[in-house]
Amino acid sequence: MDWGNILELSLRELIGVQAIVFALAAIGINVQFGYTGLLNFGQAAFAAVGGYGIAVIVTTYDMSFWLGLVVGVVGAIILALLLGIPTLRLRADYLAIVTIAASEIVRLVGRSASGRDIFGGSDGITGFSRAFYDLNPFTEPFSFGPFEFRERVLWVLVVGWSLVAICTLVVWLLMRSPWGRVLKGIREDEDAVRSLGKNVYAYKMQSLVIGGVIGALAGIVYSLFQGAMQPDVYATNFTFFAYAILILGGAATVFGPVLGAAIMWFSFQFIDLALRGAIQQDYIPSWLMDSNDVGAVRFMLTGVVLVLLLVFRPQGILGDRREIALDAR
Amino acid sequence: MQKLARCLGALLAVLAAVLLATPAVAQGSGETVNGTLTYQDAPVAGVTISVASADGTEIGTAQTAADGTWAVPVPGPGDYSVTLDAATLPPTAPGVVRETIETTVNPQQRKVVLFRIGAPETGGEQPSPSESAPSEGESEAPGGTESGSGAESEAGQDLTATGGNNQLLQLFVSGLRFGLILGLAGLGLSLVFGTTGLTNFSHGELIVFGAVAALLLNQAGVPILLAAVLATILSALFGWGQDRGFWRPLRKKPTGLIALMIISIGVSLILRYLTQFIIGGGRETYDEYTYQDPISIGPVSITPRDLIIMGICVVLLAAVALALTRTRMGKATRAVADNPALAAASGINVDRVITVVWTVGTGLAGLSGIFFGMIQGVDYLMGMRILLLVFAATVLGGLGTAWGAMVGALVVGIFIEVSAYVVPSELKTAGVLVVLILILLVRPQGILGRRERVG
Repeated sequence: MDWGNILELSLRELIGVQAIVFALAAIGINVQFGYTGLLNFGQAAFAAVGGYGIAVIVTTYDMSFWLGLVVGVVGAIILALLLGIPTLRLRADYLAIVTIAASEIVRLVGRSASGRDIFGGSDGITGFSRAFYDLNPFTEPFSFGPFEFRERVLWVLVVGWSLVAICTLVVWLLMRSPWGRVLKGIREDEDAVRSLGKNVYAYKMQSLVIGGVIGALAGIVYSLFQGAMQPDVYATNFTFFAYAILILGGAATVFGPVLGAAIMWFSFQFIDLALRGAIQQDYIPSWLMDSNDVGAVRFMLTGVVLVLLLVFRPQGILGDRREIALDAR
Repeated sequence: MQKLARCLGALLAVLAAVLLATPAVAQGSGETVNGTLTYQDAPVAGVTISVASADGTEIGTAQTAADGTWAVPVPGPGDYSVTLDAATLPPTAPGVVRETIETTVNPQQRKVVLFRIGAPETGGEQPSPSESAPSEGESEAPGGTESGSGAESEAGQDLTATGGNNQLLQLFVSGLRFGLILGLAGLGLSLVFGTTGLTNFSHGELIVFGAVAALLLNQAGVPILLAAVLATILSALFGWGQDRGFWRPLRKKPTGLIALMIISIGVSLILRYLTQFIIGGGRETYDEYTYQDPISIGPVSITPRDLIIMGICVVLLAAVALALTRTRMGKATRAVADNPALAAASGINVDRVITVVWTVGTGLAGLSGIFFGMIQGVDYLMGMRILLLVFAATVLGGLGTAWGAMVGALVVGIFIEVSAYVVPSELKTAGVLVVLILILLVRPQGILGRRERVG
């Protein structure tokens, strides 16, 4: 087994596009769940709406790329309002069930054959990323030690990490403002905040919208990178992953989602390559598992990590045990 | 609120205007077949792709450009087969998963056909895990046709397609069948929620557990009826073990309800992909009772198997209902659901009640999984599909009430099948979920729930 190669490929994932996408999705969940205590299990829907915004506007309707960006973000805002209005007054688990239902609705409608002319069916939509890559200022690959990034990837990485940095900064600024303190107050004791005269419903709605828009950015980055918008990427596992990442890094911390995403994708890639290598070298007998099973094993490990973290270290890597959202309503 | 609603209306109008604006007039008829060829996230250039019409006449060929894109104009709507010449692939690529893809082009459509580079397909319907999709192992073969969407069929789809002379009545009966099985599946979820407050996201996998246990026993040579009984007992044991070995210690720790909910997501990921690890990504069937000739009862035709399944469901649901109202254990369960502290103070062993609820609930869920497996076949994603419907059923009926779960399940089951009368069948699940959200708007406590249950 070529450990050097495995390590190199895994280190690429540490700052890779997947890490960016899930860092953004987790930052969004962090605003909603970490700071406000809202259980949004439909982050995949927000990401899908962002991705579809661009794909449908550019490919299906042949309109401008920038309009697509706007539609993606506005779509996420509308989705947040639609989900929030019926459920934000109800108990937390109702929001959880409604959001997870909404994310499946978005995916099922997106992949349906009857909407194929607009949403491209289960194959999804391609051919909308040209305008984005036309903006690419990089003309040659970038080398850094053993790592080499092609100009396309480099452009996505630069844009993506800038977005992550901006969102992190925004979250940091928001959460140290009086507005952020109200959110944390809602998480800790909603009734106490209400009795101080704050409109809890409006604050929750604002938090849902902000988190949703950041989630839409995740979908936009991912579909631009892939050059394709495929509905099945945004199944419920997308959301569960983002939760695992957030809890790994530390909910209600500014850098938790970013750290969690980087570590998660590094270990994902590492486990994947190491397992495949071990199977090729017959270190793992073929009756036990073959390379088709590697994907399943990775997902199982994610589940194990999620359970162990919540049982033994619910505050994650960066979190403060005194400040965790997990026991909020 | 009013202001908000107005803003929302305005936004919706804008969005509708944007979406409805007709695309720029297409030149001529303008049908093309096009796509982008990538491998490991980098475009692949210089690969030859040819398009032939259904009768085999070659229409045109194209080479992928530097950014991996290719396009072949076609003369008009119709069926085409698109072939990638694997010999022109760069030496680093291992091959193409499927060399030829059949596709249908609609009027004025720019049809996207995606070839996936990877080891060539070896047959079987096993969806190969995609390298690029970040989250799903279920990414399907890149077919451009309807058949591609078969990888994920709707819950409630029947392999044994029954034809009827009265379609609406027929749909109603299959909805009744679906609803009864769903009721069996949902009881455990609802009772566990009622007694412990846990919204159990791994409940779908408890349903799959029964189906898979029966499948494995069946494949080992046990006749399916005996396997079903054994698998139900195994499920009940699994529920008992899960409560005693896992959830009870967590409750004692104590762990908050939301933490428990996320833990249950982790449990569901573990169980779901353990299932994939064991039975693979394809759909398996039992060796008997997958197909039967339907018999006609009045205007409805139904298979004897389905009649017996429905009978068992009715008997079991009635038994649970009677047990809840007549037996000491049942009354204790309702007392715990009402107020655990008060129940404990009046001498009820709350832990024992919860263990019984877990055991019975998981056993029934496992049995319902076997029924689903007989009707639709067994695959590792069936739990996820059914779980959302079970959630819809329990929320609709009122979370935490046993009656609510039953009534809600019947409503969901019948709605989902009958809606196929008007909605395309692939969207019927989405339809139920929309109804769920709408009902939460007007009656958040559900049909039978009590008002004070909702915070």
